[in-house]
Amino acid sequence: MNEETSPSNDRRDFLKTTAVVAGLTVAPGMLLYGISEAKPDEKAVSSKIRWGMLIDTSKCADGCDACVNACVNEHGLTEETTPETKAQWIRKVGLRDKQTGTVHSLPMLCQHCEFPPCTDVCPTGASFKRADGIVLVDRHICIGCRYCMMACPYKARSFIHETLENQKPHSPRGKGTVESCNFCVYRVDKGKQPACVEACNQDGHQAMLFGDINDPNSEISKKLKQVNSSVLRPDMRLNPGVRYQGL
Amino acid sequence: MKKTISYRIIEGKHPVFYWTLGISTFLILLGLYAAYNMEHYGHIITGMTNQIVWGMPHVFAIFLIVAASGVLNVASISSVFRKSFYHPLARLSALLAITMLVGGLMVLVLDLGRPDRLIIAMTHYNFKSIFSWNIILYNGFILLCALYIWFMMERRMHGSKPTVGLVAFLWRLILTTGTGSIFGFLVAREAYNTAILPPLFIALSLVLGLAVFLLLLMFFSHALGERILQRPKILLGVLIGAVFYFVLAYHLTHLYITGRHGVEYFILADGGIYTILFWGGYIFLGTILPLLLLYHERFSHSRVSIGSACLLSILGGFSLLYVIIIGGQAYPLDIFPGMEVISSSFFDAASKHPYTPSGWEFMLGMGGIGVSVILTLIAMKILPFLPANLTDSDIDPELLD
Ligand code: SF4
Ligand code: SF4
Repeated sequence: MNEETSPSNDRRDFLKTTAVVAGLTVAPGMLLYGISEAKPDEKAVSSKIRWGMLIDTSKCADGCDACVNACVNEHGLTEETTPETKAQWIRKVGLRDKQTGTVHSLPMLCQHCEFPPCTDVCPTGASFKRADGIVLVDRHICIGCRYCMMACPYKARSFIHETLENQKPHSPRGKGTVESCNFCVYRVDKGKQPACVEACNQDGHQAMLFGDINDPNSEISKKLKQVNSSVLRPDMRLNPGVRYQGL
Repeated sequence: MKKTISYRIIEGKHPVFYWTLGISTFLILLGLYAAYNMEHYGHIITGMTNQIVWGMPHVFAIFLIVAASGVLNVASISSVFRKSFYHPLARLSALLAITMLVGGLMVLVLDLGRPDRLIIAMTHYNFKSIFSWNIILYNGFILLCALYIWFMMERRMHGSKPTVGLVAFLWRLILTTGTGSIFGFLVAREAYNTAILPPLFIALSLVLGLAVFLLLLMFFSHALGERILQRPKILLGVLIGAVFYFVLAYHLTHLYITGRHGVEYFILADGGIYTILFWGGYIFLGTILPLLLLYHERFSHSRVSIGSACLLSILGGFSLLYVIIIGGQAYPLDIFPGMEVISSSFFDAASKHPYTPSGWEFMLGMGGIGVSVILTLIAMKILPFLPANLTDSDIDPELLD
């Protein structure tokens, strides 16, 4: 179950080449800014869309790390550092219900809150929410104050404590700034699924469903109508875009 | 009876002056060296992690910022509340407010992941963020204090002095509220999410400010007698009591909210260093002992015990800030209420996030203190901040029999 996933290579290579070409033509600093605008030019980010995720904990296999590995590969989170300072955009968490004793396994990532405290507190506006609900950090203007990390109720963010090497051109990162899951925004803008979702499906678990929760005809909206799902810490009233089923 | 007070600059010939200058320069160099290394190697060389996000530099910075707003209180009492007793000391108090704030801000800025982007922080404002507001509040505070000093020094401007004094006083109340609110806005962190933090910070700022001020005053004037120190001494005691009241209220309300028992138990009984610092550092050294020194018949009459009480209350305030800022992070977030975390690579299952500040962090913090000291000294050398005579009768003629 732990095998490495390699999301279709030709597609990845294509992405890489285009990104490298783009990266060569603009200053590296500009590239940092680029991700938030990676959507196809002809289509503006629309507030009619809200990207969301439904995670079925009953299908998420204990001990499976496919989504985590896919994320690490996709974004190049491969630096060697201490466990306490390692960047983790997605992590696996094992839970036991204190009342019933039932055990759950689930992936934990940025919940892409509708009312994100991280963007509220960010002094420069580096943390922002796109019209389609994806919460991002513009690493071009992040000053590394870490206030957003203090504010996030889900511990979804990581600060980069060391100089990074071997970065992926499509996922720029940098020492001294904060980062978190971006739903693979540049893939989503091209009509693709986030890397973690793809990996989970390829492994045959189908535990993660990604889509537009504002579109009543999308698969995720239909499923949300059928099943009981919940958000983490509903008392915070953040209305996360990530929902959990079976918790 | 009204008497004009004459002021003087410090001579700057005494060896103590040069020693202080030398030591603070050394501290600043240490701080800059630490900042350079934190920038070069990244925060990996500090004790801070993705769990303990804000560390020792923040304790130093907030300590200095909070004390800065409190130290202005002496000037405020003189001009806003028109107490002639504090009048000769108002200039010095406004000066200290500036220099301590600058020192604190320096630490805060140099701890950023990208201090080189300071200009971005100054030009990109997110007005929803209390941090942005604080940047404006801090800059405004420095300006106001400078204006206030100018009005106090310039005879022609004396008329507007009370107005500036009042504005500065109100501004500082907002400023400390803003600093306290940095934590109050962190809804997810149980230790911080309370309305008591801003008033607690205001009370703490008054204690720290007054204590720093009294120490400096006693340092510059050996002639000050016990009689003249009587009033600020009593005030200090009252303020220490006020902080204690808010700390008590903070913990009692937390104990009242069932969901917060965990974090309370952690800080008060099970938190290791945080529990020790709370009871030993804040309660015993920072509250009980100074109150004893200030009020007990046996000690309360000597300058030494007043000085020690000031030092101890500063120590206590620092411990309290450490417990609030770092202890509040060391207690893990409750992301899955009703669930027990049995596995996680991101320390969700930890009962306590460990943190040991590294030497770099202390160096950076001490650098901030060095900046405050050196700026104060230089200003006092250039402009007349200190009353020419600091004996009991000079400061308060009414005290003369
Ligand atoms: S989960 Fe955290 S980082 Fe993600 S949007 Fe919500 S507050 Fe921001
Ligand atoms: S660390 Fe960066 S993204 Fe986070 S609050 Fe500070 S400036 Fe904003």
